[in-house]
Amino acid sequence: MPSESVVGIVVVSHSRALAEGVAEVARAMGVGKAVIEPAGGDAEGGLGTSPDLVERAVAAADSGDGVVLLADLGSSVLTARLVAEDAETRVVLADAPLVEGAIAAASTAAAGGGLEEVVAAAESAYDFRKR
Amino acid sequence: MWIRLAAERVTAEADRLTALDAAIGDGDHGHNLERGFAAAVAALPELPEGMPPGKVLVAAGRAIISKTGGASGPLYGTALRRAGKALGEAGEIDAAGLGAALRAALEGVQELGKAVEGDKTLVDALGPAVAAYESTLTAGGDLAACTRAAADAAREGAEATIPLQARKGRASYLGERSVGHMDPGASSTTLILEALADAV
Repeated sequence: MPSESVVGIVVVSHSRALAEGVAEVARAMGVGKAVIEPAGGDAEGGLGTSPDLVERAVAAADSGDGVVLLADLGSSVLTARLVAEDAETRVVLADAPLVEGAIAAASTAAAGGGLEEVVAAAESAYDFRKR
Repeated sequence: MWIRLAAERVTAEADRLTALDAAIGDGDHGHNLERGFAAAVAALPELPEGMPPGKVLVAAGRAIISKTGGASGPLYGTALRRAGKALGEAGEIDAAGLGAALRAALEGVQELGKAVEGDKTLVDALGPAVAAYESTLTAGGDLAACTRAAADAAREGAEATIPLQARKGRASYLGERSVGHMDPGASSTTLILEALADAV
């Protein structure tokens, strides 16, 4: 466990494998400090979104400094919005691409950035052009 | 009770809704909703006797959010929770109270999904339904007349989604290929509002 608390990150995806893969890549950028929890697939592990899984991942990622959600598309986005709205702690859905956003968020969280900074880092990931 | 009737209708039409969704989405809408409403019905006997209808709707909404999967869970769950909160502690539902609850449901769905009328979503059924309910109420209609007007307007609204191109939801990735199919969400909203009209 990191000695100081960091902003948590939750990766919400239709696919368990995709969420775990994104979390794996983002953790590599989080230099052992960032806390990244995957919440992918439905409750049975198939394709879908489970609000219960997302809520559990948020609870696991939250060390008191808030949690940033990254979502892939469609129901993942709606579910993430709903979980953020219902949360009693500080939970924000970033308007960001899933992979690049998670990596940018992980770097900033690991560097000790606050919730707003981590959200801003994730959202600025739309600027990483590839062509 | 409305929830039970809505669940029966959704179950009876699950294959048709899923077929509509298979045309322009990911082909799970009917069976997702069937599962969600089944969870809502299963939650009913657990509730204390004599619970006000608003609280029952909030509990049903929570069950639907938790069990439906897909985008329709958060959307329908939010609709029921908002409607239930608008009804509050009232023991009896009157026409004005239900109208306010339907308006709250529409606002909740639009806040969450960011859809407006014409995007080819359930808002194309729910929006006109709420408007028809309110104008019938203003004209002096009772609960039966208002809910029937809402159900009729929802059906017309759902039919009107056929020529539309989707701008929200999974179907929006299809672009022009979404034209020519009825929106599954607008269709299921019609079923649920028809169940309401039959239940009151």
